[in-house]
Amino acid sequence: MSSEVHFGQVQGAQQAVAAVAIHDGDHHAHHHHQSFITKYIFSQDHKIISRQFLITGMIWAIIGGFFSVIFRLQLGFPDKSFPFLETIFGHWAAGGHISPELYYQLVTMHGTIMIFFVLTAGLSGTFSNFLIPLQLGARDMASPFLNMLSYWFFFVASIIMLSSLFIQTGPSEAGWTAYPPLSALREASEGSKLGMDLWLISMAVFVVSQLLAGLNYISTILNMRTKGMSMTRMPLTIWALFFTAVLGVLSFPVLLSGFILLLFDRNLGTSFYLSDIYIAGHALPNQGGSPILYEHLFWFLGHPEVYIVMLPGMGITSDMLATHSRKPIFGYLAMVGSLFAIASLSFLVWAHHMFVSGMNPFLGAFFVLFTLLIAVPSSVKVFNWLATLWRGNVQFTVPNLFAIGFVSLFISGGLTGIWLGNSALDLHLHDTYFVIAHFHLVMGIAAFFGMFAGVYHWFPKMFGRFMNNTLGYIHFWVTFVGAYLMFWPMHYEGLAGMPRRYYEYSADALAVYHRFQHLNEFISVIAIIVFAVQILFVFNFFYSIFKGRPVKDPNPWKANTLEWTTPIHVGHGNWPGEIPEVHRWPYDYSKNGIDFIPQTVPVSPAEEEVQESITTR
Amino acid sequence: MTYAVIAQRKKIHPYKFNMWVAIAAIVMMFGGFTSAYVVMRGQERWVSFQLPHQFIFSTIVILCSSFTMAMAVRYFKRRMMNAYKRWITLTAILGLVFMYSQFLGFRFLYAHGVNLTFNVSASLLFIITGLHMLHVLGGVIALLVIFFRALRKKIRSYDPVPIEVVATYWHFVDILWIYLFGFFIWLR
Ligand code: HEM
Ligand SMILES: [Cu+2]
Repeated sequence: MSSEVHFGQVQGAQQAVAAVAIHDGDHHAHHHHQSFITKYIFSQDHKIISRQFLITGMIWAIIGGFFSVIFRLQLGFPDKSFPFLETIFGHWAAGGHISPELYYQLVTMHGTIMIFFVLTAGLSGTFSNFLIPLQLGARDMASPFLNMLSYWFFFVASIIMLSSLFIQTGPSEAGWTAYPPLSALREASEGSKLGMDLWLISMAVFVVSQLLAGLNYISTILNMRTKGMSMTRMPLTIWALFFTAVLGVLSFPVLLSGFILLLFDRNLGTSFYLSDIYIAGHALPNQGGSPILYEHLFWFLGHPEVYIVMLPGMGITSDMLATHSRKPIFGYLAMVGSLFAIASLSFLVWAHHMFVSGMNPFLGAFFVLFTLLIAVPSSVKVFNWLATLWRGNVQFTVPNLFAIGFVSLFISGGLTGIWLGNSALDLHLHDTYFVIAHFHLVMGIAAFFGMFAGVYHWFPKMFGRFMNNTLGYIHFWVTFVGAYLMFWPMHYEGLAGMPRRYYEYSADALAVYHRFQHLNEFISVIAIIVFAVQILFVFNFFYSIFKGRPVKDPNPWKANTLEWTTPIHVGHGNWPGEIPEVHRWPYDYSKNGIDFIPQTVPVSPAEEEVQESITTR
Repeated sequence: MTYAVIAQRKKIHPYKFNMWVAIAAIVMMFGGFTSAYVVMRGQERWVSFQLPHQFIFSTIVILCSSFTMAMAVRYFKRRMMNAYKRWITLTAILGLVFMYSQFLGFRFLYAHGVNLTFNVSASLLFIITGLHMLHVLGGVIALLVIFFRALRKKIRSYDPVPIEVVATYWHFVDILWIYLFGFFIWLR
């Protein structure tokens, strides 16, 4: 208690200094008079923007998750009728059966929402904004204005995508990858009409938002670190967010060029992706294009994109494991190096999604090689995580459980990547449920676990309260076990050849898959349970904002990083006084018998000697 | 809003750095287009055509505009604001002339039957040069903004960062065009 009083005093004394330190008294005065609008809506404060990304992402996750429950109902119970579906979807689900069109629309929107709106914008938007200034010792982002714009572009993209759900012809149904000709020809399906245009426009705005955001993250990390915070003293979360931003800035523009060409094909009669197409017996005038061009442009982003989704989780996991196991991270530089290797290689493997596209098979060999190479840095990371846990003083806190879950899922899903990366095996496995299992474990669920770990861990910093622990444990265990129960069986279905993106398997040619009917039913039931538990998490989140146990100790997890040196309720500018100086890396846990040594503690001479004898050994 | 920037300025100003990252992103976008160009050129049904001679004039104009831009920065740094404003205006005008000349090039192509849907080759040319024109337009708007800033400010600001950021962008758009033009000539 006494230390808290002391802290308050220091804070009070430093308030006066702050006004001077923050260089313009002007600014300081008006920040007290901020209206609700400038403080919470058009805010330029990175912490508010972070919460805006988080909450928008959560809303999207609920919508995207709900869609998956609906299409799982169709897959699990193709013969049953669910009248409530007709209430929600009207004639799209006449008689309580969703129509094939609606099925594809739900699948497409599920993928688009989860990958782009939740796990890209929601995940890096939240943690980059929140952690980069706080963990590096900056008062805000390099350009708070661009930062605000990035959120509002995301918001506009969200509104456009959302509106496409309510138009007469429904949203896009061309899959999250939007391959032509399905996406290029209005006649192809209902969803290829206005819904597809809205999808493309929304995604173009989304790309702009990601570019603005990435620009800022990179420039803040490189230019605005506090004194003593050399690159090699940055927490691994920041390193991961850095590479994520670099990947985004370099790959999203290529996606944009692909989308621009698609928009021209759709609306202005060009033929980039179209050639020799007959619709209802009539030849289209489009000649000379190739859908493979689109696939190249899409996957040149698409593969880096999966790492844009993955890297933040990797970074957060590294920091969770170290902090909650009270051990230094194992192989810090190897962790940074492997992040770098993964990020670089991710630009050289995109065509492993196209082995059966009709692409030149000799090209395939090159991509097999680089794809399998990615397994090397991935294994380095897994090894280091396990080594960090090894003989640690592992605290089974909720964030740590999610981090351990992340490692488990990454291993399970990553191993199947090696199968898929061999073009010979992929001929059989492509577009089956094996791929679904692979990427949900390794990317979908794992990235969500990284996000959950981060939310539980930094919630006290964001809102000054804790989330409920019991609900947290229920959330973890049901999600963890449920994830394996849902996706593990899909490997068998996929090995048996069961194709993905099918509305039903009733045709005679597909009779061989009827034996999976009960399995599909089982998967659907688990999906519903897991979804329900996510709602519990959302409840826990919002309830705890208002009613959670208040944080008393400014450093509740006894962590070393800088964000915990700020007051419990962080104000504008982050530190009331001077920005702290950094003297060491963030992983001094259990060093020389001391539980933790924050980055702000100077290195004592005795420590230095020990350090030297270690490094010269 | 910018206090953080000022308090913690290091070697390179964050706004300048932002511009370099943005340039990297734009390079990737045009990289995407030109790779598409290379891939599609390998296809059988690629039809090549003569580039309009207006493009040569455009190239000369945009090269000159880089020179005038450099002059503007130079006079700004010497705080010779009138000369600075003249060179800025000249640069913006050259930018507009460039766009007009490109437009004439388009008209020439259309007059010879090479329109947007003529062939993938023409579609790509129109889209790539069209997008480049949009980037030039963005540069012209940025020039106008800093021009009016220099007019209106009662208290003169001699902070060279905004003008340097715009200049960097301007030279980039110039080089980008040289690259694209060379590319079109080389791979027709
Ligand atoms: C050891 C590393 C990995 C390898 C070798 C690998 C390999 C592959 C291959 C070859 C495919 C194409 C399968 C097909 O469509 O036939 C694929 C699909 C996919 N992978 Fe991975 N992968 C790895 C890790 C990851 C990671 C870390 C993520 C995400 C963070 C990821 C996300 C995806 C996604 C989303 C798809 C499916 C895209 C779609 O068709 O809709 N993979 N993977
Ligand atoms: Cu991939």
